[in-house]
Amino acid sequence: MVIFSPAALAQTPASAPVTQAQISALQQAVVNAQSAGDNAWMLVSAALVLLMTGPGLALFYGGLVRKKNILGTMMQSFAMMGLVTIIWAICGYSLAFGHGNAFVGGFEHLFLRGVTLTPNTDYAATIPEQTYMVYQLMFAIITPALITGAFAERMKFSAMAVFLSLWSVFVYCPMAHMVWGVGGLLNSTGGHIPSLDFAGGTVVHVTSGVSALVTCIFLGKRIGYPQTNMPPHSMVLSFIGACLLWVGWFGFNAGSALGASPLATSAFINTHFAAAAAALGWTIAEWIHNGKPTALGAISGAVAGLVAITPASGFVQPFPALLIGLIAGAFCSFMVFEVKSRLRYDDSLDAFGVHGAGGTLGALLTGLFATSAINSIYGKGVPTGAIDGHWGQELNQLAGVGIAWSISIVGTLVLLFVVDRVIGLRVSPEQEAEGLDLSQHGEEGYDLNS
Amino acid sequence: MLKIEAVLQPSKLDAVKDALLEAGIEGMTILEARGHGRQKGHTEFYRGREYTVDLLPKVKIELVLLDDLKEKAIQAIIGAARTGRIGDGKIFVSRIDEAIRIRNDERGETAL
Repeated sequence: MVIFSPAALAQTPASAPVTQAQISALQQAVVNAQSAGDNAWMLVSAALVLLMTGPGLALFYGGLVRKKNILGTMMQSFAMMGLVTIIWAICGYSLAFGHGNAFVGGFEHLFLRGVTLTPNTDYAATIPEQTYMVYQLMFAIITPALITGAFAERMKFSAMAVFLSLWSVFVYCPMAHMVWGVGGLLNSTGGHIPSLDFAGGTVVHVTSGVSALVTCIFLGKRIGYPQTNMPPHSMVLSFIGACLLWVGWFGFNAGSALGASPLATSAFINTHFAAAAAALGWTIAEWIHNGKPTALGAISGAVAGLVAITPASGFVQPFPALLIGLIAGAFCSFMVFEVKSRLRYDDSLDAFGVHGAGGTLGALLTGLFATSAINSIYGKGVPTGAIDGHWGQELNQLAGVGIAWSISIVGTLVLLFVVDRVIGLRVSPEQEAEGLDLSQHGEEGYDLNS
Repeated sequence: MLKIEAVLQPSKLDAVKDALLEAGIEGMTILEARGHGRQKGHTEFYRGREYTVDLLPKVKIELVLLDDLKEKAIQAIIGAARTGRIGDGKIFVSRIDEAIRIRNDERGETAL
């Protein structure tokens, strides 16, 4: 259908007939206009998602460690911004989004071959494929960076760089392909087990959170944990970081609509609502549990809500989003307060408690609340989630979560074993006492006497 | 000559300093310190974990003065630093054998 704007009509005198060439030109102008709008939003979204890693996550995690480890912790996130970018250009994008089999992409886009400024209609028909590629790159960056929270304050920089680089190739890329890639096993449009994951609940948060748990158990506790006090050294930095994460998450979730569409609006609102409700959920749980509402509790809750709404953001109505947030805040605080201390693992900055637990919860609640009224992914009026009457979706969600857990556990264990043999994962006890800033980087985060 | 050392709440430093100047005591040394008395610090909660912080920030004032200024100085400190609550701090008084001005090797009370 062609819509005549007044400007277009003005070019055609009323007496002369409209030519085919003019109609084609008009059609092209309409396509260009949509592409311009969508591309603008997607480039902004890509920048917002990068903002989540640096400085968002770097500040959030950096403030939670002791002051002798702040640079080491921030460098772990920053290193991902560099390393994963290079890996993505060489093979990551191809392994995630190339045509391969049900489990991993092929090699046709190695070195970004064929990734041009024209759209790839498999993924996003209105934006240049390079925009899609760079947007997905930002997800690939933050995912391994999230894991660093579990092994904070005790891993060698070299081992971290090698482990997480390999992890992004052998765990992230296959998982991204299975969920989002053409022909992927869990792809919601055309996969064998159509599993709903709008913005990466399983791909990003379950994989990183579960791998975080595996890593912190494999590596062992920090020396002195839990007898010694290891309180956060700067709640202010963490606070700023969490607020930047919240803002960046609009790019993460609303950007996953892959265009400046009404669906992006829906994801934007759901994201915000869930973060707000989860901040409340965690705060109430903590107030009851410990007697005081803390700043760290409020911001941790907001992040937990953002994690949980990620898979659901483009599938649910605003009120279920509030509910998902509220449940996630309470559930993740329980994981952090009770489960971690009972099971005695040292997930230093709660990467599993927030991302693994929140991501798993979010994936299951997505199956419950997804509705065709927001996103008719299975066709107009075809029930989507359990709330529409399609209870089978919960089984698909379970399968998605199960596969994400499995590939994360196996992949992470194998990679840790190899890297430990070749490089050694942990710093020496002396270096751990001295802190990562000095022992790994020869710098100090704070030199207030200089 | 006497040395008066007073450990105070950091928030009371300005009031104590002003009170001492008003009492005619001109020289003083201020140290930022950490410590605890009988109240034994406080507890903090981070993600449900309880941390005991037993060394709290304090300031310490050191004065060396003539014997007859002792009561005046003590009253000035107490007047400015007392809230009546636990943690107000303590004052210690001790004898000083000698004082030397580095600039000109002046000795004794005139060096103060």
